This record gives sequence, C-alpha cells and structure tokens, in this order.
Amino acid sequence: MNRLMHTLVAATLVVAPGLTSAASPPGAASCLGCHTVAVDGGPVPALGSFTAEQMVTAMQAFRSGSRSATVMNRIAKGFSDEEIKAIADWYARRKSK
Amino acid sequence: MIGGGFGGASCARLIKSEDRDIAVTLIEANSTYIACPFSNAVIAGLRQLEQQKFGYDRVRAAGIDVVHRKVTAVDTKQRTVRLEDGKQLAYDRLVVAPGVELRFDAIPGYNEAAAELLPHAWKAGEQTLLLRRQLEAMKDGGVVVMSAPANPFRCPPGPYERASLIAHYLKTHKPRSKLILLDAKDAFSKQKLFEAAWKELYPGLIEWVSLSSGGNVTRVETDTRTFVTEFGSHVADVGNVIPPQRAAAVAALAGVADQTGWCPVDPVSFESTLQPGVHVIGDAIIAGGMPKSAFSANSQARVCATAVVDLLRERTPATPKLINTCYSLVAPDYGISIAGVYQPANGLLTDVPGAGGVSPLDAPKSVRVQESTYAEAWFKTITHSVFG
Repeated sequence: MNRLMHTLVAATLVVAPGLTSAASPPGAASCLGCHTVAVDGGPVPALGSFTAEQMVTAMQAFRSGSRSATVMNRIAKGFSDEEIKAIADWYARRKSK
Repeated sequence: MIGGGFGGASCARLIKSEDRDIAVTLIEANSTYIACPFSNAVIAGLRQLEQQKFGYDRVRAAGIDVVHRKVTAVDTKQRTVRLEDGKQLAYDRLVVAPGVELRFDAIPGYNEAAAELLPHAWKAGEQTLLLRRQLEAMKDGGVVVMSAPANPFRCPPGPYERASLIAHYLKTHKPRSKLILLDAKDAFSKQKLFEAAWKELYPGLIEWVSLSSGGNVTRVETDTRTFVTEFGSHVADVGNVIPPQRAAAVAALAGVADQTGWCPVDPVSFESTLQPGVHVIGDAIIAGGMPKSAFSANSQARVCATAVVDLLRERTPATPKLINTCYSLVAPDYGISIAGVYQPANGLLTDVPGAGGVSPLDAPKSVRVQESTYAEAWFKTITHSVFG
C-alpha cells in the first residue's frame, strides 16, 4: 500500500508541475483545417485512415514532388523529416484512442 | 472568449476539450453566425445565404457558456469584462477574436448610410443580399464598379474572387455588361492566376485598374453612384465599395489594438504584447506573413487554445507552426489556392522558406475542378469543426 502511495505521489509530481506544453507537435493542429480524423467520406482523406508510416511516406513524396498534389506539395515543403514523423505519430495515437 | 467566429468559437471549444475543468464563456453579440467564405457565391446567385448561417447550439453542448451580449468595457487590470446588460464577468485569461470593422472614415462620402446604396458586402448578411439584388436588377449592358482597399484587409484574394464570380453572373445573364475593379494597390493575391483565368473565362469583361493606373478611390458620390479616383471618375450601375478596415471596436476597448488599428501579439502564445493576460487571434492581429483568413483564424485558434491551457496550468507554450490554405473560385468549377506554412520569427509569424505558394499557372482544367471541390470540402469541414 505504502509503495503504491509513493508511486501515485511520484506520478503526480511528474505530471502536475511539469513545465512542458501539452501542445500537439508543431503544425499538427493546422491539418484539421481541411482534414478530419474520423473517416467522413469527403474528397479530402481522413487522417485516421492512415498509419504513421503511410503518412510519413505520403508527406515525403509530396515534399519531393514524386507524388502529385494540388496543395499538399506546397504544405509538405514546410516540414522537416522529424516534424513529419512527430505529426504522423501523433495522429496515429489519436486514432487509436 | 470575446467573438464567436472561425477563431473565437473554435478556440473556446478547443480550450474546453483540452481541459474540461476550465470554465469557458463565449461572448458573441449575434445568435447566428453568417460565414464570409463562400459569400461571394451568394452574391453571384450560386448559393443561398442560408447555407452561410450557423448557430451556437453545439458550442453550448460542448460545455461552453454562450452569452449573446455586446461587450461595453474590458478592465484588464481587474480582469473583468462588462456586458451591455451591466453584468460583469471575471477572467483568468481573456481571448479576443473580434474580426474586423469597416472604416467608414476612410473614403470621403462612404459611410454607413452610403453602404445602403453602394454595399460593401464585406460582412456577410443583409449586405450580401443587397449587392445580389442590385446585380439582379441591373440592365444588361450595365457597369459594375468595385473598389478594393490597400493592405492589410480581411481575405486578400476576396475582392478578386468576387469580381470573378460577378463576371460569371454577368457572362451568364447579362453578357453585354462590364466590371471595373478599382484597386488601391499594384499587386494582389493570386494575381497571375486570376488574370489568366479572367482572360480565359471572361475576356474583355473585367477591367482591373491598379493604383498606379489610377485605381485609388478618393471619394464616392452615392447619389450618382460615382467612384472618384486620382485620375478621373467612374459611374456605376451597381457599385461595391470594399473599404479599408481595422480590428473591430472591442479590440480598442480591451486596449489590444495599436495605432495601426490592428493588434500586435506574441506569435507563440497569441498573447497581446500590449495587455498581459489577453490573447488575440484572427483577422484582428498583426500576423506577419499570415493572411487574414478563416483558415488562419482557425489555425491560430488551435495554437492559442493550447497556449491558454498551458499558461493556466503554469506550463510554457511550445513554439508552433501554422498553416494557411485559401481557396478562391473563379467560376463554380474553377478553383485556385494559396497556401503557406508559418513559424514565429522576429516577433511575427513568418513564412517558412521554400514552402507554400499558389496553384500552378499551367495546371490542366481537371486541377481547377479538383480545387473547386476541395474548396467546398474545406468549408464543410471547417464549419462542422467550429459550429457542428
């Protein structure tokens, strides 16, 4: 019991006064200007329909121009590999929630 | 939260969804929101104003206290907001998303009364319908005169989309008519795309008059529907004045607007650089490279919501990246876009080098059709996420 209490206190200490933002990765929030997470059947694909790997591959292809696009090629150029991966992982986690 | 548009209503909902323990009140004077994006299609008779209207039931259902009252005072020292009914609300953090107000002191002869004859239609609603009715009543062979302001203003490609869709209406219903667009600047958003499309779709119908060719309107005479410029004058059968703008009045009440009429903010948290504890988002802010669009307001709302929650929970907001994408319709099945990615630099939101830009000038028709489809999809998605 005592050990459990300690664990709880420790966990609380880590979470509560933590100074790190709860923000999504840079850029991720803006995706939802056009995309939904849940599949809704519109012409713009839902982010929840991709795995993180698929999203990374698509964004890299948009950025390099190897995959044609209307607007995603222009947007993908604003993100590094690390940023793309962080966004893809974040959406993959949201989907699984 | 003051202001219930694409920025404010979004931000209120996102704060609540990130942390249900935070009490959020949305103060919005109007019980129905009338969206500006796509209102140019209403003017051209391609869409009904009802399709632009949204209510706040779902915002309320998300646990937000929605109050339809005007704000009469903001006390940033005591951290209170006073409403027209005398009620006072206390806040820990205030977010102001006021949008723009039209400057009726900028063009001699153009005041609120003049707008009943020469509509601005730059706030969707009765003005949108007035301009539409005037176009419908105009004889074939008539002259439509529009004027566009200098930067900055709400929706940089908006006047040119409007000119395009009015031209579409004229070509379809009144083919002997003409449109003159008087501009207070020498360049505009998506200019090459618009000009190429005008040449292709509306040859000889639209005449754009740049600032250096005498486009700056110095006076309007409502009784004769005359636009007076530095170089001469143009008499309209239907006139549309899009006047200069500034952050709406509540920004001045809150002390967040500077001498330019717009609101400087920290680009990480959207906190006012003039009033600690007050955040400003949307068309009202000085956003650097980011244009005044519904998409921008919504992107900013998302970042601001997280920053507000972080600051209330004594966390440090993270450095964001934001996206803007704006579609314009040149014809119902002809869409073009501009996109940008932005990050904080030198106290502003600055374009990420190498990213963004406009639709290709040489794109095939299929791409224009596709972008018109995406434009509609965007409107549906964003209005659903804000109001649905």
